[in-house]
Amino acid sequence: MPAGTLYRGREGMWSWVAHRVTGVLIFFFLFVHVLDTALVRVSPHDYDTVVATYKNPVVNLMEYGLVAAILFHALNGLRVIAVDFWSKGPKYQRQMLWSVVGIWIVLMAGAFYPVLQNTLRTLFGS
Amino acid sequence: MSTATVENNHSAALDTAENAASHLITITLRVRRFNPEIAAEASWVDYQLQMDPKERILDALHKVKWEIDGTLTFRRSCAHGICGSDAMRINGRNRLACKTLLKDINPGKPITVEPIKGLTVLKDLVVDMEPFFQAYRDVMPFLITKGNEPMRERLQSAQDRERFDDTTKCILCAACTSSCPVFWNDGQYFGPAAIVNAHRFIFDSRDEGAEQRLEILNDREGVWRCRTTFNCTDACPRGIEVTKAIQEVKRALITRRI
Repeated sequence: MPAGTLYRGREGMWSWVAHRVTGVLIFFFLFVHVLDTALVRVSPHDYDTVVATYKNPVVNLMEYGLVAAILFHALNGLRVIAVDFWSKGPKYQRQMLWSVVGIWIVLMAGAFYPVLQNTLRTLFGS
Repeated sequence: MSTATVENNHSAALDTAENAASHLITITLRVRRFNPEIAAEASWVDYQLQMDPKERILDALHKVKWEIDGTLTFRRSCAHGICGSDAMRINGRNRLACKTLLKDINPGKPITVEPIKGLTVLKDLVVDMEPFFQAYRDVMPFLITKGNEPMRERLQSAQDRERFDDTTKCILCAACTSSCPVFWNDGQYFGPAAIVNAHRFIFDSRDEGAEQRLEILNDREGVWRCRTTFNCTDACPRGIEVTKAIQEVKRALITRRI
């Protein structure tokens, strides 16, 4: 039996958890991104080698995940700003969250082919 | 014709009501029990009870305490949602045991009852409320005025009274504060309940201590800790829009306008 149950919060709590998780993921990406981009100053050749290792389906899928994290974090960030500065924000936070999720799904569907086209071509032929 | 139909419906409804009353349901009450004199760790204990689905969690706890195990410890005073003594975590969510009906929380499955989170458990469902009340006292929840006392009552328009009506409803049950993820991780945070009670005076036209209270809440552990998770608003048994009140205090601090 578990030590205690998980608190059963609603949309507000889980959107906050998702905001935190996506924020940390984006931070890790930026960390790696600054490192590999800084490499170009050290040795352009090594930079090319490193970036070449990124050109595979797994990293491509991670890029799609990065798009997902940034889109959610950005859109939910706007919702949090509205909750903070719009007097009716707290009242409509739930509707705003579902709008965020709706826009996120549309944008993710739109980004599917542009982001993953290389992988789709590699995996499913020309 | 129509009269007969109505009568038939009526008696059918009565029959159903009688059947429901005579058919108690078996529920499993799963209580998080802790007695520091017996064991260092808390553990779950299940109780099988015959209950009317229209009874409350508090009735189930009473049945356990009075008929099965007298050592079960919990707080309750009025048992009618006014004193704010019996806030506990029922099926994972903070509620008042005296305002939660069995039929509303899926009695087919075991019902979990735990103490509220973020405060030290003393025994079973009883927690140490002192940090909670200390935060409440810190925001000075009383009328502060300057100058001489008036010879008659301090008048207030209905509109001015309406401004803080929502936050006057607080019963200090701690359901909001102990539902807050920020408070679980940082016991120094004032918590929603203290801010709600500060709000009640900050926006009161008769009160002149708003500046002092805003300064207290401008602290590192004050309103800026709020991450708007809305757990407090969802948990409040009085339906106070807690997050909204906190946001109003934040905005008052930014604009310095009340």
